[in-house]
Amino acid sequence: MFASIVTISLAAILTNNFIFSQFLGICPFLGVSNKMSTATGMSVAVIFVMTMASAICWVINEFLLIPFGVAGFMQTVAYILVIAVLVQFVEMFLKKAIPALYSAMGIFLPLITTNCAVLGVVLLNTQNNYNFLESLVDGFTGGLGFTVAIVLFASVRERLEFADYPKAFEGFAICLVSAALFALAFMGFSGMRIPV
Amino acid sequence: MTVVSAIIILGALGLLFGVLLAVANKVFYVEKDPKEEAVRAVLAGANCGACGYPGCDGYAAAVAKGEAPVNGCVPGGAAAAAAIGEIMGVSAGSAEPNVAFVRCSGTCGHTKKKFEYEGLDSCLAATRLGGGNGANVCPAGCLGFGDCVKACPFDAMHLVDGIAQVDRSKCVGCMKCAETCPKKLITKVPASSTNGVGCNSNDKGAAVTKYCDFGCIGCMKCKKECPADAIIIENFLAKIDQDKCVHCGHCAEVCPRKVIHAFN
Repeated sequence: MFASIVTISLAAILTNNFIFSQFLGICPFLGVSNKMSTATGMSVAVIFVMTMASAICWVINEFLLIPFGVAGFMQTVAYILVIAVLVQFVEMFLKKAIPALYSAMGIFLPLITTNCAVLGVVLLNTQNNYNFLESLVDGFTGGLGFTVAIVLFASVRERLEFADYPKAFEGFAICLVSAALFALAFMGFSGMRIPV
Repeated sequence: MTVVSAIIILGALGLLFGVLLAVANKVFYVEKDPKEEAVRAVLAGANCGACGYPGCDGYAAAVAKGEAPVNGCVPGGAAAAAAIGEIMGVSAGSAEPNVAFVRCSGTCGHTKKKFEYEGLDSCLAATRLGGGNGANVCPAGCLGFGDCVKACPFDAMHLVDGIAQVDRSKCVGCMKCAETCPKKLITKVPASSTNGVGCNSNDKGAAVTKYCDFGCIGCMKCKKECPADAIIIENFLAKIDQDKCVHCGHCAEVCPRKVIHAFN
């Protein structure tokens, strides 16, 4: 049990990083990584929503979709519904309970609805037949992996502002080039495996 | 059969979530002042921060609470102040618009350099070298890497001949540039001002002449000739008291160092 949780965590953070290995959630990765403060704000929101979505989607799949025999084709639709509702709910809750955190996260909270890494993690949980705890861990560490990727990338982009690169690369071009180099670097983790 | 159960399940889920959200909306409802939204609508929307609040939303919230003055929106100007005043039910008064002014005249070829600087293209980085002055000998002068130009949200700041210059027709006085300038060279002056001293060096005259062709040497000539007694000399540097200035432009004419500029 413990071994499988460690394996899932390491895979989600390093070897199977959602951004650099599975290429999910690229939109927020490129969109909000230009400043460290926005990147961390987005990361916190993603970790939260991914963990919650993993837990709730597992419950719905296990006790609603599978017993009625509609799991095969209903998962994607039901999961999207759950994620959208969850994000809405979290937004309302934060606005009332922790206004400071709400204003710090700002626009990123509603944006998470369209983050395909969130849908990706819940679908992969089902595909891999994870139990409740494993799903929860996968969701949380998947969010951590997203954090690692976007925070590292934001620190690179902050330095890029001062770098002296050819004019043709200005703006998004240099950003995509550095993202590609990052993905290459993360391929170095791909051989890692934990003996179970 | 599966189709029917699929429809029922998704419908039930949707209904459940809908009710949940509706309840949550009531439970977590946050009172928002209608005035706040009305005020936000008439602001300039540049999010420049000139009012001292984080963005237009922050200023609108502060105005609605009565904490901020109604004439705080600088880019919105008198029009915005009047509109906000109408919403809040107070008279706007008039806020004297300000513009930025760069207190340096040391253009290319007229100042001494200690060394050739080849590093990060930023004033902040350059000030880390050469004891805080970058490559300049002058302890106060503009470094000319344009941190202020990058900071200006209104395209009002440009590098002309190696030093920063304010385009007064575009400047709204948000003073974003002054915040970024590591030499603290940029000051706020009234938009109606006609003259300014383009120097910030407190060195004695003899020292200033060694490194700059334009720097103020504190010769007192402008102070003596000023008909309105509007010039103050402190630490070998002339300053114009804009409240007393009568805009005659005489100081700019008599200055032997040509460091007092007449604005158009």
